[in-house]
Amino acid sequence: MEQNTSSEEIEAKVPENSVQFLSFTLGDEEYGVTILSVQEIRSWEPVSKIPNVPNYEKGVVNLRGAIVPIIDLRERFNLEHSEYTNLTVVVVLQAVCRGKNRTMGVVVDSVSNVMNIQKENIQSAPDFGTKVSTEFINGIASVDNRMVMLLDVEKLLKLDGLEEDETEEDDE
Amino acid sequence: MSIDMAQFHQVFFEESFEGLAVMESGLLNLDMGDVDSEEINTIFRAAHSIKGGSGTFGFNAVADFTHLMETLLDEMRDGRRQVTQPAVDVLLGSVDCLTEMLTAIQAEDELDEGSVNNHKKALEVELNGESATEAPVEVAAVISEPIVTESNDDSERGWKIAFCPHTDLLKTGNDPVRMFRELAELGDLDVFVDMQGVPSLVDLNPEDCHLSWTLLLKGDIERSDIDDIFDWVEDECDLSILPLTEEVELETIIEIAEAEVEAEAAAKTTPVESVKVVASETVKTDSTETKPASTKAKKPKAAASSSIRVDTSKIDTLINMVGELVITQSMLSLVGEHFSIDKVDQLKTGLIQLERHTRELQESVMNIRMMPISFVFSRFPRLAHDLSSKLDKKIELKLVGEHTEVDKTVVELISDPLVHLVRNSLDHGIEMPADRVAAGKPETGTVTLEAYHRGGNIVIEVKDDGKGLDKESLRKKAVEKGLIEESTILTDKQTYELIFMAGFSTAEQLTDVSGRGVGMDVVRRNIQALGGTIEIISELGVGSTMAIHLPLTLAILDGQSIAVGDATYIVPLGSIVESVKITDDMVNRVAGKGETFRLRNEYLPIVRMHEIFHVESAKATNLMEGLLVVVEGQGVRCGLFVDDLLGQQQVVIKSLEANYRRVEGVSSATILGDGSVALILDIPGLVRLSNQ
Repeated sequence: MEQNTSSEEIEAKVPENSVQFLSFTLGDEEYGVTILSVQEIRSWEPVSKIPNVPNYEKGVVNLRGAIVPIIDLRERFNLEHSEYTNLTVVVVLQAVCRGKNRTMGVVVDSVSNVMNIQKENIQSAPDFGTKVSTEFINGIASVDNRMVMLLDVEKLLKLDGLEEDETEEDDE
Repeated sequence: MSIDMAQFHQVFFEESFEGLAVMESGLLNLDMGDVDSEEINTIFRAAHSIKGGSGTFGFNAVADFTHLMETLLDEMRDGRRQVTQPAVDVLLGSVDCLTEMLTAIQAEDELDEGSVNNHKKALEVELNGESATEAPVEVAAVISEPIVTESNDDSERGWKIAFCPHTDLLKTGNDPVRMFRELAELGDLDVFVDMQGVPSLVDLNPEDCHLSWTLLLKGDIERSDIDDIFDWVEDECDLSILPLTEEVELETIIEIAEAEVEAEAAAKTTPVESVKVVASETVKTDSTETKPASTKAKKPKAAASSSIRVDTSKIDTLINMVGELVITQSMLSLVGEHFSIDKVDQLKTGLIQLERHTRELQESVMNIRMMPISFVFSRFPRLAHDLSSKLDKKIELKLVGEHTEVDKTVVELISDPLVHLVRNSLDHGIEMPADRVAAGKPETGTVTLEAYHRGGNIVIEVKDDGKGLDKESLRKKAVEKGLIEESTILTDKQTYELIFMAGFSTAEQLTDVSGRGVGMDVVRRNIQALGGTIEIISELGVGSTMAIHLPLTLAILDGQSIAVGDATYIVPLGSIVESVKITDDMVNRVAGKGETFRLRNEYLPIVRMHEIFHVESAKATNLMEGLLVVVEGQGVRCGLFVDDLLGQQQVVIKSLEANYRRVEGVSSATILGDGSVALILDIPGLVRLSNQ
C-alpha cells in the first residue's frame, strides 16, 4: 500500500476520477479527509483553554500569529479519550465556511497515509440508526479491505456555537 | 513650460472636492432673510478656485460651468441680486452636477452632457431673470477667465505689442516714452522692458537704443489707433501687434518675469525712466493675474491616489518622538560600548525610556490613521435639507460628537450604512408636521447623529423623536411576507431585527427616498463586515434609536494580565478601577448565593473568575487568599476575583472569531511573549455571565 502510494505520488498526477485523501486513525478506526483541506500536520502542544465550551473543544493555539482552535476528534465523535503523548498529532484543516476561510486543528491518534480513492469506490454513509452520528461523514471507501470513513471538513469546522449565527443568517 | 500637468490632477480633484464641500455647506448655511456676505464670499472663492484650476488643467467644460455659477454668486456678493431659495437650490443642484462632472473626469468617463446642460440652463435662467446688471459681470468674469473666451471678443480684450526698435531710433528724434504715453491714453497699458541688449557701461553709446519692449494694452481699442502711433517709427523697428489672449498674456508675463531677474542689475544703470514703473508693474501683475500659476505652485504636496490628510500637529509629534527615540538609542549604544556592571542602572533607565518612546511612537502612528467622524457627518445636513423639503417635513438635524476620532477604514465604510439609517429616520421615523402636532410633539422633528467612545467601542447613534417602530405591524408584515411563521414567538429585540431582513419594508408606500426593503440588510451586513453590531431601541410614539457599535480598529490594547490557576487572562487596563485585597468583614452574601463586597460606600458584586470560567487549577478559592480587581464596563462595576496580578503590557488584539467563534465573557485573544494565547476579557460579558 505504501509503495503504491509513493509510486503514484512520483507519477505526480492524480489519476482521473480519483480523489486524494489523508487518512488518520482514531483508536481502531480509520478516517480520511480530502488532502486539499489539509494545511499542515503538527505535533500536539499545550493549548489555552476556552471557558464554557464543550469538552472536545480543547482550546486555542497560536499558529503563526493566527488564533486557531483545536478540536479533539475522539471526543467529538464520543470515542474514549486517550492521553496526549509526543506522538499525538494535530492535523490543521482549512475550509471555506460562509465565504470565510477558517482554519482549525483536529487532534488525532496518528496520521497514516495519503491515498487515492476512485470516486466510484466511495459509497454514501450507511444509516447507522440513531446510535452513531453520521453528520460529519461524507462517505465510506474501502481501501485494501479496510473501511475508511471520509469526513466532510466543512461540516467538521462548523462548531456548535457557529451554528447559532448560522440560524440567524438563515433567518434573513 | 513643459511641465506634466497630469501629476497635479489628483491634487486638483482633491482640492476641488473640498471646495465643493465648502460651497455646499456654505449654501446650506445661507439664511435667506439675513445674508452673511462673508458666507457668500467663501462660496464664491471656492467656485472661483475650482474655475481657475479647471481652466488651468484644460477641463474647459468644468470651467465654463463654474463660470456661470460664479457669475451668479458674484452678483449676490455685490448685493445686486437677492439671495432667494430658488437660486440657492439651483446652485446646490449645480454643486452636485459639478461633483459628477469632476468625478467623471477623474475616472476618465464620459460627461453626462444632458444633465450638465440642464443645470447650465437652470443657471442661465436664474441669471437672465435679472439681466440689468449682467454686462459688467461678464467683463469682470472674462478677465479672470483663462482660455475659454479666446475666439470672439479679441478686439475688446486688447493687444500685445512687441516693440523692438533699431539702435538708431533715438537719433531720428522718436521717443518711445512719449509713444507709450500716447498708448496709455488709449487703454490700460502695461509696459515690460527687455534690457538684454544693453551692453556694459564701457561699451555703451548713450545715443543708441538697446532696449526693446513688450507692451500689454488692454481695453476696447481699434488696431488702427495703435498703428497710428507707431506709424512714424515703423521703418526703424521690428514691430508685432497681436490680439491679446489670456494665454499670450500669461506666457508674456512669465517670459518677462524670467528676464526680469537677469535684467535687475542692469536696470539700475539704464537711463530710461520707465524702468522703475515696469518693475513695480510686473510685481503687481504677477500677484494678481497669474493666480492659476501660483495655485499650481503650492500643489505638489500629495500625489498618491489613496491619500490621507493628517493634521500637521500629529506629524510634529511623530517627529519629536523619533527624535527622542534616536537620542535614547545613542545613549543605549554608548552604554553598551563600554559596558561594565556598574552601568546596569544606566542601562535600565535607557530601556525604560526606550519602552516609553516605542509606546508613544506606536500611539502616534496609530493616531495618524484616525480621523474625526465629522468627515462622515458633514454630508448629512445636506441630506436632511433636501429630504425635508422633498417630504414636506420639518426636521432639525443635530450632530453630536463630531470630533470623535475613528479609523480611516471605518470612516470610509460607515458612511453608506449611515446614509441609509438617517434616510430611514427622516422618511419613516419623523411624522408629518400635522401628525406631530396632533401627537402633542413639537412640529419640528429632531434627528440626532451622535458618536462617542464607549469601552473599546465606538458607538454611532441615529436617534429620532418620530413615531417609533410598531412591533405589531412589524410582526404582521413579516408573517404576511412569509419571513416568519404565524406561531413564531419573538422577543422585542427579535421583532425589531425583522427590519434587517432582506425584502422587508414597513413603509405603506414606497417612496423614492427609502422603502425598497433592500437597505437595512445591506446596512447590517456592512456593519458586520466592520466587525460591529447594530442595535435598535424603539418606543412606539416616542422615537427610535439605532446604535451602531464598532470595535476600535486600533489593534493594540493596554492590558493587565491576571492569573487564575494556570490560565492567564488580559483585562483591558482602561476598565480597571483598582485592585484590592479584601477582608472577611467586607463581604456580604445576598440570598445565600450572590456575593457582594463593600468598597467605601458602594456594594459591588463579586465575580469569581475560576467559577465562571471553570478553572480547576485555581489557587485561591477563599476570597481572602486572592485579589479583587475592581473593573467597570458599560456602566457596570464589579470585583473580579483572581489569583494574582501578573503585569501590565501592551497586547496585540487577535480576533477569536476569525477561525473560532464568539465566547461569552471574552472579547478577543492575544499572543503573549512566550507564544501562548491569552484571552482578553470582556467585562460587560463577564457580568452577564455571572448573573446567569
